Amino acid sequence: MECDDAELIAAVRRGDTASFEPLVRKYQSRIFATARRYARRESEVEDIVQEVFIKAFQKLASFRGEAPFEHWLMRLAVRTCYDFLRAHQRNREVTLSDITTDETNWLDQFLADPSSRTESAKAAREIVAKVFEKLSPPARLILTLLEIEERSVKEISALTGWSVPLVKVRAFRARAEMRKILEKMIRQGYV
Amino acid sequence: MNIAELEQQLLAAARSNPPSDGVPYAFEQRVMARITSECLADVWGLWERLLWRAAAPCVGVMLALTVWTLMSTSSNGSSENLAVALENSVMAPLARLEDSW
Repeated sequence: MECDDAELIAAVRRGDTASFEPLVRKYQSRIFATARRYARRESEVEDIVQEVFIKAFQKLASFRGEAPFEHWLMRLAVRTCYDFLRAHQRNREVTLSDITTDETNWLDQFLADPSSRTESAKAAREIVAKVFEKLSPPARLILTLLEIEERSVKEISALTGWSVPLVKVRAFRARAEMRKILEKMIRQGYV
Repeated sequence: MNIAELEQQLLAAARSNPPSDGVPYAFEQRVMARITSECLADVWGLWERLLWRAAAPCVGVMLALTVWTLMSTSSNGSSENLAVALENSVMAPLARLEDSW
């Protein structure tokens, strides 16, 4: 842990609430980037980040300083994002019929020649975002951490609090879930 | 159709473009304001929790006193005795008044 962090944390623990502000300023960009992987609306992202820091402040007494503060905070952020996904699972009404012309073109191009590098990464990213909206919360979390952030199973286990075998099982199920959604999308002609 | 290939290409596209890490202006102040207000609310929360915790022992003491009172009155005598005692107490000043006449 950086000396600065240790000093600030000690000051907050002594009751100096203002010492928490430099910690927020230092880590907020990383937490924003993480939250944006799970929430699309900016207001939801802000709510998640705010909740992460409030939880961090409230649970600071439980931080033992064995690992860097950033790791502890990221664990808290990932768990808060997972809670958010679970809480908003039923509110999401995204249908694959919302696919735009660009996205349809991207899929057409891929289907015509799967081995070619298709253009317009933006369209591909939008398709991924829509497919991810259809995934269950554990599947979305695990695919984001494993496939997009390229974290190891051990790291995911530490971040989520799930055991290594559970992470592997959930990763397997998540990939199957994603393929099922993609198959359905192709079968229905993207509609 | 190669779904695995499609999946890989889509994920690669998502990987190649990480989300923005931009922070809204003065976001840390918003967080600090919220934390400060939570701290104030916490004092009341603590008081509320203490009151709730005190409620159970208070009810216990009240029940114990009720039981003790009932037991002591039943062992001292019947309700008839109580009525006589009450009447004597109420009438005592009048009796004293009669004596003075």
